[in-house]
Amino acid sequence: MILRVEYVYWLCGALLAACALRELWRRRWAHGAFWGILAAIFLLGDAMKSAAAHGSAMPQQLAGAGVIALGLIAGFLRRAPTAESTREHERRAASAARLGHGLFVPALIIPFGTLVFTLMQPYLNIGGISQLDRAAGTLIALALACVLAALAAMMLTRARAADAIAETGRLLDALSWAALLPMLLAMLGAVFAFAGVGEAIAHLTAAAIPVQSRLACVLAFAAGMVAFTVIMGNAFAAFPVMMAGVGLPLLIGQHHAQAAALGALGMLTGYCGTLLTPMAANFNIVPAALLELRSTNGVIRAQWPTALWLLAINLVLIWFCALP
Amino acid sequence: MNYWPLLGVAVVVAGFALRMNPALVVVVAAIVSGLLSAMPAADLLTLLGAKFIDSRNLLILVLTLPTIGLLERAGLREHAANWIARMRRFTFARLLIGYLAVRQLLSMLGLTGIAGHAQTVRPLLAPMAEAAAEKIDPELDLDERERIRAFAAATDNTGLFFGEDIFIAFGAVLLIQGFYAQNGIVLDPRHIAIWALPTAIAAFVVQSLRALRLQRRLRTKPPRARESS
Repeated sequence: MILRVEYVYWLCGALLAACALRELWRRRWAHGAFWGILAAIFLLGDAMKSAAAHGSAMPQQLAGAGVIALGLIAGFLRRAPTAESTREHERRAASAARLGHGLFVPALIIPFGTLVFTLMQPYLNIGGISQLDRAAGTLIALALACVLAALAAMMLTRARAADAIAETGRLLDALSWAALLPMLLAMLGAVFAFAGVGEAIAHLTAAAIPVQSRLACVLAFAAGMVAFTVIMGNAFAAFPVMMAGVGLPLLIGQHHAQAAALGALGMLTGYCGTLLTPMAANFNIVPAALLELRSTNGVIRAQWPTALWLLAINLVLIWFCALP
Repeated sequence: MNYWPLLGVAVVVAGFALRMNPALVVVVAAIVSGLLSAMPAADLLTLLGAKFIDSRNLLILVLTLPTIGLLERAGLREHAANWIARMRRFTFARLLIGYLAVRQLLSMLGLTGIAGHAQTVRPLLAPMAEAAAEKIDPELDLDERERIRAFAAATDNTGLFFGEDIFIAFGAVLLIQGFYAQNGIVLDPRHIAIWALPTAIAAFVVQSLRALRLQRRLRTKPPRARESS
């Protein structure tokens, strides 16, 4: 049996569906619908894609309509009140004292299991066929580690599967729409790319700068990388656009910058933008929800000084190392 | 050149500035940009669906939730905090700098999935950082607690971002190499990756200094009258 990445998505879908049913059971209709639609897209996504490959666009359009529905429902999600009583506190403290370092074991199975499965990947083959889908190796390794960790956690804490679902539901409720934002932004990035937003911005930037000035070109390149990354939430999307608009024609073509250094430093300049933007949701907004910060921008507020320092350092490095 | 799709960017900026629901803002921006680029509505719907399906890998963190939820219910965060509180030499700055070093080194080796906000920051690093800060000031207020948790997340991001570019098989290096190759400049990926090293060192130094500074601020802040919160 070859472990394919689809199975990972089906597992995610099944977990989301269980949480959706739990919400419906608790008469939280908006939440049930939200996680239910998401579960359906996870479970049926591969069938929808293969239907599209056979010329039927309808299922994917349904998924598109589902995405719009998710966006509309997102505003109605409210956090369920959590029972944070002193008794609950005491129960957790007693349990912590009883289980001790054992509690770390399932938590550490996730990272170390991922590591082991990733490293084992080339050796997991029977009859010359790899048992893990190569392209998605890390994803499958992470999923396997998560399954093992969940089983270990259930054994350790003597929990039933229903408890595991209830706890997943509690955490999903804390994450709320923030869980979805990375996917929505990836989708937005694709639409922007399709609509030519990047080219339009590069065009405007290149038209606005005095090309004879080396300093102006460096500043425009760096500012463009940061600004475009802030808009797209992803330096990978910004890089080809700013390189084609400013980096290649002006810095390399006209001012003879060294390509390898400019490429690496340009990308890292974009990463400074990633630290600054709510559009990089999986790094900045999801952790704010996970850590239960009152402000969704709490993580950005904690890391902007790092970003600005590194931006300044990158500019100096570009000036002295990448330019002759 | 069609500049109209830029209105999608304006929708994003305005939506975030007006504090509307971000998920809704992003969906609306996608529709606006798509329609203004003269894409037929049916095609736009297909594009939205297809790209959303393609990005399912970004929600893989839900698989970590059963484990983390169960362990939290059984007192994982309390235990992590107690453990740090007992160890004298494990100060706030040492904890975060140590985590940063490990995270950065693992990213350099391409092992980025091994840690993260769901896997390590929420269940382990954040409660440990809070406990380490409590050793300095046992009466942290909610603002300070949130700042410490956010700083833990920021440390994870910094370690990840400024480590991974050194790993030559990582997407960023290959993207840079591929872009240049398309434009007739052939480069060895190792020559690109080596240029990520100075910034990686700078990132480690900057974030470590900030951890030390946060620790010093906790130590030297004036003892305040207990305010009602």
